[in-house]
Amino acid sequence: MELQIPYEVTPRRDTGVNNAKLGIWLFLASEVMLFGGLFAAYIFLRMGADAWPGMETFDTHEMATRADQILSVPLATLNTVILIASSVTMVLSWASLKMNNFKGFKLHMGLTILLALGFLVVKAFEYGSKFGHHVYPETNIFLAIYFVLTGLHAIHVTGGIIVNAYFWGPGTKMWLNGNAHDKAHFTNRIEVAGLYWHFVDLVWIFLFPMIYLV
Amino acid sequence: MAGEMTIEEVKKHVRVYLYVFGALLALTLVTVAVSRFDVSIGPALVIALVIALVKGALVAMYFMHLISEKQVIMWVLLSAAAFLLCMFALFISALVDQEQVALLMHVA
Repeated sequence: MELQIPYEVTPRRDTGVNNAKLGIWLFLASEVMLFGGLFAAYIFLRMGADAWPGMETFDTHEMATRADQILSVPLATLNTVILIASSVTMVLSWASLKMNNFKGFKLHMGLTILLALGFLVVKAFEYGSKFGHHVYPETNIFLAIYFVLTGLHAIHVTGGIIVNAYFWGPGTKMWLNGNAHDKAHFTNRIEVAGLYWHFVDLVWIFLFPMIYLV
Repeated sequence: MAGEMTIEEVKKHVRVYLYVFGALLALTLVTVAVSRFDVSIGPALVIALVIALVKGALVAMYFMHLISEKQVIMWVLLSAAAFLLCMFALFISALVDQEQVALLMHVA
């Protein structure tokens, strides 16, 4: 006997939304606290620091006065563009399903995954360049908070890739072999995965100027 | 997103997503350009945060469909924002307290 979970597609009368959507928003609210706590720690550490970033530049070996003398702004800007583009392709994959266009969904979701992988490759280059200069999280406070914030964000990107790859591959059985209810259920799943992905984009939108530019 | 949509309505939404994409790219360039100005940390932080808030609002309103979302979702987000503000208030009070202690020690 198959167990039918209620309100996976239809909205509940009391909340007005389906359970999956309320669930993901509650999860995202907890994520706001997680990243919010780290942002607060960043501000706290920075306000209390005698010098920021508090280390020498890699080329001239003079004391750096700005974070962009240590971190690569062009690479971070490229990653910002990549992540924004992936947010657009993610929402377009959901819109394709709403228009009953499965090929469009596969294309846009595939692009989202490729862009997310591109983000991680750029991030790996960035980390590799730091490690090449023998600079690690333990080197100083600035680098500790930089690696923690961007590392935690990269873990979230990786989680998103795994979920999206499932929906691009084996998860599509629900759409291909299912009835109208299953198709609506699959579309809801993509919307929920999209909400998570846009949140990951949103966090980067704040991380980028705070860590790299100010 | 609240309610069912027709294909024509979804097509209209797609156009809006592309406009928002353009706006986000433009604002990213503005963020980088403004950071080149030689301003002190206070104004620089305010400018960067204002642009980031506008970009964040665009993502939340249009890509996450908050502009047409049900009230219960708003309440979830408002409660998260309230807890976040409480946490920031704790950090700021600790910072102010630290500065006052440092000042008292200097006077003594």
